[in-house]
Amino acid sequence: MSEIVPPEVRPKPAVPAKPSHVGPSSTGIPSALGSQGSGVGGHGSGGGSALLGYIGIDTIIEQMRKKTMKTGFDFNIMVVGSSGLGKSTLVNTLFKSQVSRKSSGWSRDEKIPKTVEIKAVSHVIEEGGVKMKLTVIDTPGFGDQINNENCWEPISKYINEQYEKFLKEEVNIARKKRIPDTRVHCCLYFICPTGHSLRQLDTEFMKHLSRVVNIIPVIAKSDTLTVEEKNEFKQKVRKELEISGIEFYPQKEFDEDLEDKSDNDKIREAMPFAVVGSDKEYQVNGKRVLGRKTPWGVVEVENPNHCEFAQLRDFLIRSHLQDLKEVTHNIHYETYRAKRLNDNGGLHPISSATPSDTQESNL
Amino acid sequence: MSQAEKLKQGQFTNPETPGYVGFANLPNQVHRKSVKKGFEFTLMVVGESGLGKSTLINSLFLTDLYPERIIPGAAEKIERTVQIEASTVEIEERGVKLRLTVVDTPGYGDAINSQDCFSTIIAYIDDQFERYLHDESGLNRRHIVDNRVHCCFYFISPLGHGLKPLDVQFMKAIHNKVNVVPVIAKADTLTLRERERLKRRILDEIDEHGIKIYHLPDAESDEDEDFKEQTRILKASIPFAVVGSNQQIEAKGKKVRGRLYPWGVVEVENPEHNDFLKLRTMLITHMQDLQEVTQDLHYENFRSERLKRGGRLSSHGYILPLSPATVVHMKTQHLS
Repeated sequence: MSEIVPPEVRPKPAVPAKPSHVGPSSTGIPSALGSQGSGVGGHGSGGGSALLGYIGIDTIIEQMRKKTMKTGFDFNIMVVGSSGLGKSTLVNTLFKSQVSRKSSGWSRDEKIPKTVEIKAVSHVIEEGGVKMKLTVIDTPGFGDQINNENCWEPISKYINEQYEKFLKEEVNIARKKRIPDTRVHCCLYFICPTGHSLRQLDTEFMKHLSRVVNIIPVIAKSDTLTVEEKNEFKQKVRKELEISGIEFYPQKEFDEDLEDKSDNDKIREAMPFAVVGSDKEYQVNGKRVLGRKTPWGVVEVENPNHCEFAQLRDFLIRSHLQDLKEVTHNIHYETYRAKRLNDNGGLHPISSATPSDTQESNL
Repeated sequence: MSQAEKLKQGQFTNPETPGYVGFANLPNQVHRKSVKKGFEFTLMVVGESGLGKSTLINSLFLTDLYPERIIPGAAEKIERTVQIEASTVEIEERGVKLRLTVVDTPGYGDAINSQDCFSTIIAYIDDQFERYLHDESGLNRRHIVDNRVHCCFYFISPLGHGLKPLDVQFMKAIHNKVNVVPVIAKADTLTLRERERLKRRILDEIDEHGIKIYHLPDAESDEDEDFKEQTRILKASIPFAVVGSNQQIEAKGKKVRGRLYPWGVVEVENPEHNDFLKLRTMLITHMQDLQEVTQDLHYENFRSERLKRGGRLSSHGYILPLSPATVVHMKTQHLS
C-alpha cells in the first residue's frame, strides 16, 4: 500500500481556496489531478479540498509502519476455562510457538490449585521484522473446584489492577514516553463442548467480565462434536448469550461505520468459533499438517471443514489485533478511568482502598 | 456353562450309570425358573450433563429410554437441585425377560457450587436399601421387589487430566454403598495415546484416594480359555472409554452405529475405536455378580449399620446420620 515517493517530486501545496467544481456532496470525489498514487477526495466544507498535485500525505502509513517496526508492540491475551480444555495448546497453535507452558498435564506433582491463580508469561516473537511482546495470562484453577462461587473474582481483580497501573503512570507528572501496557487486550473464554448448553459458570463469568474486557468465547476441543451437533450448540450458545445480555467482542455498540458493521456481523454470526488445537504434525495426502491422529482419521487443525481454528486465527491476529487493543484502550480503560476519577473526586490516585470503591488499588 | 451341560446330557441319557443320583440337573431347573421369573436390574448413571450418559444407555440397551426429553438451558438450570429420575423398561431377548431400571441424576455437577449435589443420590440409595430391609423383615415376603441399585456407572469427563475433586469426593461417598464402575465418556475426543494416559492416571488417582471400584471376579479355574482371556482383557481395560450412538452411518459399505465426522467415522461397536463392546460384555456377563455383591456386601453393610443404630424400620422417616439438609433434599426427590 505504501508508495515510496521519489525525493525530487515536491509539488507546491495547493492554495486552499474552494475550487468551483467541488460540490456540497459528502462522498469523496476524487477530483485531484494527482498523477501518482491516490488522489484525496474533496470534502464538502471549506478547508482541505481537491488537491492540485501529489503531496505525499499517504506516506504517513509507511512512516507509521517504520516506527512500529522499531518499537514493536505489546499484546496481552488471557485464557480462561476449566483445566483440560486445551487452552495452552491452542495458544501455542495460534502463535506457532511454545509461548504457553502446557498445564498440569500428566505429572503427578502438579495438582489443581485450590484457588484461581493468575500466571503471566511473556515472550517476544518476531515475524517479518515486526517484534511483538506477547504475554499469555493463564488462570489455572478456574472452574475446577467443587465450589466455584466467585471464582472469577481473582481474574476481575487482576484486570482492574492492570488498568490501575496504567492510570497511575498516565497521571504522573513526569511520565514515561511509552507507558508499558499490561492491560488485558483480549480474554479467550473456553466453553466446554457438552453439546447441550452453556454452564451456569460460563454465563456468570461472562456476565461479570464482558463489560470490563474484550471476551472472545471459543468452543474448546470441538472434535468431540459432529457437524450438526456443532451448529446446534453454537446456536444455543448464541441465544443464551443474547438472553443473558452478554456482549462478546466484537461488540455491536462499537461498530464505527457500515463497513465495520457488515464485517463484524459476519464474524458475530460465526461465533463462538469451534476450535481444535494441536502442536503435532502428521502426513495427510502428501502434506504435513497440524492435527490429531485417531484410529478413524486425522483431525486437521487448519482445515476449515474440520474446525474453525483458521477463522479464529485470522480474526484474532490478522484482522482485529489492533482493534482489540484500541477497544481496550479507548473504551474499557476509559470506563475504568472515568469511574476511578469520579469516585475519588480528583486526579490524585488514592493508594488505600475507599469503602465505596470495589476495585482495590493496592499497587 | 457349555461343558457342564454336555456332562449333564451324557449322564442324563444313561441313568443306569452307577452312582448317578440326578441332582446334577438342578442348575437346569433353576435356570428355567429364573427365566420364567425374569430378572431385575437397577443401574444408576451419574455424571455432569453433556457427557453422553443418556445416549450411552440407549446404545447399550438398543432402546430409547428418554423419548420426551427436554434439555434445560443454562438459565433454567440455576434453581435446580439434583433430581432422581428412574425409568423402567422391560426388555426381552430369546425368551429371557429383563426388567431394567435406569436411575438418572440430572443436575449433578451443574451448579456453580456442587457441594451438596450428592447427598440426594446417597439418600436415594439408602432409601432403596431401607425399603428392602423393611420388606424382608415383614410378614409377607412373597413378592419382594428389589429396587436396590446394583451398579452405578460414574461418567468421567475425557477433557480433564484425570479425576476432578468432585469425582473423587462422590466416589468415596458411595463406594461402600454400591458397585462403582468408572466410565470415560465421549472417548472419541481422545487419541489412543491420550486415552491410555488418562486411564492410567485415573487408576493411579483411584488408588491414591483409596476408592473402591467394582472389581471383576477372576475367572474360575474350570472355565474355558476363551472366557479366561476375555476376563483378562476386560480387567485390563478398566476404566472403559466409551462412545455411544444409535445413529446408523454408512461406513466401508456396511451400516454401523457410529458418529460421522468430516475426518472419519467412529464406530461404536469397533473394539479398536472404543471400549463400548467391553462395557456391554462386562455388564451382561456380570449382571449376576453385580447383584450378588450388592446383596452380600453393600446391603449387608447397610443392614448391620442400620440394626446397630436401632430405631424404627419404617421406610420413610428415618434419619440419615448426616446434616439436616439431607432431609430437605429427600423431600425434593421423585421416587418411583
